[in-house]
Amino acid sequence: MQAFKEIQSTFVPLPMENIDTDQIIPARFLKATTREGFGKNLFRDWRYENDNEATPKTDFILNNPLYKGSILVAGKNFGCGSSREHAAWAVLDAGFNAVVSSFFADIFKNNALNNGVLPVVVSDEFLDQIFQQPNTGTLTINLETQTITIDATGASESFEINTYKKTCMINGFDDIDFLLSNKEEIIAYEKMQM
Amino acid sequence: MANTLFDKIWDSHVVKSIEDGPSVLYIDKHFIHEVTSPQAFKGIENRGLKVFRPKQVVATADHNVPTVDQHLPIKDELSRLQVQQLIENCAKHDIELYGLGHSFQGIVHVIGPELGITQPGLTIVCGDSHTSTHGAFGAIAFGIGTSEVEMVFASQCVLQTKPKAMRINIEGDLNKGVVSKDIILYIIAKISASGATGYFVEYAGSAIRALSMEARMTICNMSIEMGARGGMIAPDDITFEYMKGREFAPKGAEWDKKMIEWKQLFSDDDAVFDLEININAADIEPMITYGTNPGLGIGIRESIPVTDRIPDEGERKNIIKSLQYMGLNSGAPLLGMPVQHIFIGSCTNSRIEDLRLVADVIKGKRKSDNVQVMIVPGSQQVAAQVKAEGLDKIFEAAGFEVRQAGCSACLGMNEDKIPAGEYCISTSNRNFEGRQGAGARTLLASPLTAAAAALTGVVTDVREML
Ligand code: SF4
Repeated sequence: MQAFKEIQSTFVPLPMENIDTDQIIPARFLKATTREGFGKNLFRDWRYENDNEATPKTDFILNNPLYKGSILVAGKNFGCGSSREHAAWAVLDAGFNAVVSSFFADIFKNNALNNGVLPVVVSDEFLDQIFQQPNTGTLTINLETQTITIDATGASESFEINTYKKTCMINGFDDIDFLLSNKEEIIAYEKMQM
Repeated sequence: MANTLFDKIWDSHVVKSIEDGPSVLYIDKHFIHEVTSPQAFKGIENRGLKVFRPKQVVATADHNVPTVDQHLPIKDELSRLQVQQLIENCAKHDIELYGLGHSFQGIVHVIGPELGITQPGLTIVCGDSHTSTHGAFGAIAFGIGTSEVEMVFASQCVLQTKPKAMRINIEGDLNKGVVSKDIILYIIAKISASGATGYFVEYAGSAIRALSMEARMTICNMSIEMGARGGMIAPDDITFEYMKGREFAPKGAEWDKKMIEWKQLFSDDDAVFDLEININAADIEPMITYGTNPGLGIGIRESIPVTDRIPDEGERKNIIKSLQYMGLNSGAPLLGMPVQHIFIGSCTNSRIEDLRLVADVIKGKRKSDNVQVMIVPGSQQVAAQVKAEGLDKIFEAAGFEVRQAGCSACLGMNEDKIPAGEYCISTSNRNFEGRQGAGARTLLASPLTAAAAALTGVVTDVREML
């Protein structure tokens, strides 16, 4: 997993609520057996007319060359619905390292963290302020200090993440390494149950 | 100290707690299926590991499988490869697989309970959000992502932060024509699609205790649709009666021993919940959704909300966008609206009891010429029971198409899709944009409401037929 310390980037705004994982990556793309390559189908049905890459929906933000960056900013309850980790893989594969919202669905949040994509929870007011920024506006997300800043205005807010996950993200460690280092305790637990 | 049902099971499964971090939670049973497991198998193989406790893993193929001609090779190449990979992975790692052709095959959340694998007091995970279904037996059951599937393969544990506790009490008797699907759609409409995020929900009260196991599963199944990590119901005599004699349920002395343990599984009288919600069963009507998340539901005789009157701007925009997709109007009634498709199936409502409910309504009648009706039993065992009870004859005489077990048009990963722009009354659990096929418009409802609409071709209040 890639380490995450700080990013400064322009962002792609999606000011809609309840963006579910079926929109992030529709089910018909879940037949793959690897983790790579989902980025091109991120928000597939919002991006193209009739499922055809030759006819992009011009009013959809990801088709607008003026909006780019490694931060996705979305309305409340992002990532609700299915547990498909493909949603987090698609977000990462499309070049996003952080998602900012005022509320995340639990499973998506875990999946993102497990793939080095930082979910940043901000207040509704702060989210509105971000949405008001022009496409050239940048955000700085610092994991060490747990702060997110709108660079143009200097407005800043702190966000929560537990110490364990923070350490994992900063060092690029994953949970499996940690669990494997606890094998003896797991086996001892199993014996106790018998 | 007074404990909730959830506390009792959680606390006894914590191997270790990390300071200001998650707990290492031991997992008793791990269900897997073809769609969310291949990358996890690859992951552990890349680390040079084998599955740590293969006997605690059970596999089936359900999401991606065709629901016709299951004895023939799968036509779609990617689907075939994915199912093939599951077969190979299970063989390599010594995991029991109830794949296509096996008499136990079916939707993972249907087969676990019907085989007696799902039991009270267990921790159960699966790479599928509707794993919450198994909570109906008084188990802690929740959906996980593929990285977490990999964790369980590697260590039989997951890292989880303990969720907050919510209890939803439903007291009183249900109205005629109201079934458990209506209860859960009512709850979600009340607290919204994110209203239980961060919580694990216990359902309690006299209305819940009166429900059969199958009806309880429908409720727990949709816990995730209000954002909850999972849902659960304390086991009781109805639970034990359902389990007794099932394939993998404990037998003889082992059963007696388990019964002593299982009878301890309830929330203590003075247990404290972070949030309690009280609902009067009599307030619940047959429900139907009009929007593109399961929280956008109304009583079947109600009208769609008038969008101008919705105070919260975010919610208003959300509903306007939903209505645009659905091709529906603010303030309009749904009753009498023509639909083109009826889908009866999915891990929410494809068990034998659901299909009996449908058969009762339609027996001796014929579907409307304007609708296509697809009925997909949740498992091979349900399908066999349908035949044994002669329900298939009733369905066929009514012009319904009875298919073979699988997830089918619940998520439209196989060929079973609803065409763009058309309406489908579905007994499944999600009405997201494109869920049943690109452009498909889904109205979630109970099996009774679906059966009524199958006969009339329009949104119908089933109470008029009972
Ligand atoms: S029936 Fe639908 S919701 Fe249930 S497991 Fe299958 S795809 Fe998921």
